[in-house]
Amino acid sequence: MTPEEKKQLQINACKVRMGIIEGTHGAKAGHPGGSLSAADLFTYLYFKEMKIDPANPKWEDRDRFVLSKGHTAPGLYATLANRGFFPVEDLPTLRHLGSYLQGHPNMNTVPGVDMSTGSLGQGISAACGMALAAKKMGKDVRVYTLLGDGEIQEGQVWEACMFAAHYKLDNLVVIVDNNGLQIDGPVAEVMSPYPIAEKLEAFGFEVARIDGHDFAAMEETFAKARATKGKPFAIVMKTTKGKDVSYMENQASWHGKAPNDQEYAVAMAELKQKLAELEGM
Amino acid sequence: MADVKKIATRDSYGNALKELGAAHEDVIVFDADLAAATKTGVFKKAYPDRHFDCGIAEGNMMAVAAGAAAMGLTPFASSFAMFAAGRAFEQVRNSIGYPHLNVKIGATHGGISVGEDGASHQCCEDYALMRSIPGMVVMSPSDDVETKAMVFAAYEHEGPVYMRFGRSAVPVIHDEETFTFTIGKGEVLRQGADVAIIANGLMVAEAVEAGKLLEAEGIHAMVINMATVKPLDEELVIEAAKKCGKVITCEEHSILGGLGEAVCGVLSEQCPTPVRRIGVNDEFGHSGSAAALLKQFGLCADHIVEVAREFVGK
Repeated sequence: MTPEEKKQLQINACKVRMGIIEGTHGAKAGHPGGSLSAADLFTYLYFKEMKIDPANPKWEDRDRFVLSKGHTAPGLYATLANRGFFPVEDLPTLRHLGSYLQGHPNMNTVPGVDMSTGSLGQGISAACGMALAAKKMGKDVRVYTLLGDGEIQEGQVWEACMFAAHYKLDNLVVIVDNNGLQIDGPVAEVMSPYPIAEKLEAFGFEVARIDGHDFAAMEETFAKARATKGKPFAIVMKTTKGKDVSYMENQASWHGKAPNDQEYAVAMAELKQKLAELEGM
Repeated sequence: MADVKKIATRDSYGNALKELGAAHEDVIVFDADLAAATKTGVFKKAYPDRHFDCGIAEGNMMAVAAGAAAMGLTPFASSFAMFAAGRAFEQVRNSIGYPHLNVKIGATHGGISVGEDGASHQCCEDYALMRSIPGMVVMSPSDDVETKAMVFAAYEHEGPVYMRFGRSAVPVIHDEETFTFTIGKGEVLRQGADVAIIANGLMVAEAVEAGKLLEAEGIHAMVINMATVKPLDEELVIEAAKKCGKVITCEEHSILGGLGEAVCGVLSEQCPTPVRRIGVNDEFGHSGSAAALLKQFGLCADHIVEVAREFVGK
């Protein structure tokens, strides 16, 4: 990855984070913490990795993304908007009566959303179904799904993992956002899902462990995923919940709470400063 | 009557799936370790590369089917009604119903005619559960001929469909040469003006038999096969109520939330009419042979006759 390319991804990720703050502030609700932790991953997928066409969101041969941790819709919406699927100006209508930006992703109202999700543990199964169907249909389609580290407490996730390995879904990439926090506190204290990578390996995945804020690592890992044949690929990415908004970082309390006007101003000032630094580089 | 052909609608389902698979490449089938019982095994034998066992994981199966539908395939997902509608309810609701994906659920072993397995496997709540999901079509056929037509109609319908089939053999009451099936349309099997009997599933043959027995007593019953519980054929229900003034519903399902309540809902709002609901009362089933259980729970022609006689007051 060239320094220029990396910088551009960082700029886009910063804009995605600003979109997350705009959305959750506008909604006076929503989930900023886990959206911010996954912002770099969202950005990498939609600006670099996936075969998509914002002008033709229903293109049959596009790659698919399923946001299994559907509550982080603000992150997905901010990414889709910045990628050109719909106007960035619509982000503050998130969760409003009459808005197409529902509290959790709705594939029938939001351009670019490939699967309706929100009830944890189900998106990964749908992604398995997509990957299986793509193979049956002889399509060169890859399927990506993002799960929370709290979400993997759902038993269905492991049913899906069995399925993915059993049917050798090597066009599927399962990504776990290991930000370490869920609503009631640290995942390790609420109901430890650890060791995550070892569990996935035992279920038959090829597993990579990366820093979820490192674009170069993502480039290397997704290339490895594409080269892996005969088994599904999983990425356990260590992230910081609330990443790049100082007062939200590593705070479980920012899982499902919107910034008020004052907090919004602080967050936007921080992100604008970061953007200015990146653009000035 | 000795020559009447009998076949379980689950067998009819397996046969219909195989025929459907021959006609349509986009049909794929998911099962959860019950292919031998749900009869999707018949399809599997013919099209092994389009049948996917999901193991004993019904929740995953339903959401996997949703994903396959989102890609443009037409999946049929099967398990026992208890697990398809019961265990996997929330997956059906959120991953199939809410996005309105084109998944067909073929649930077998509905009702107490499951028999010896007992209450844990006798699902009498599936109509209630599935009816509550917006956009879901809910149906149960009366015999072999109707099952095949229903499976093909479900394929042609764009959107989620729940079909309930039975374990026990039931008489074939339709003529394949002349029968046509339309989702949401009831079928008048007997004309009468004293009481309307509205039934579905295996209760249709019982209702037809009851109609004959009542006729011998001078009670003229109208008998309707209401295979589609949702969307209900409201027009026919109202027409029958207006004509007969009394309605009896018959279903192998709890009297709560099923065909009976659907009919009551329509009539109470649009044409208030006295109704008697025959079904499984608010109780669990238990082990026994299907025939003995159906008799014990009053899901038989004799009981329909008793209820009708008292209701009509003759």
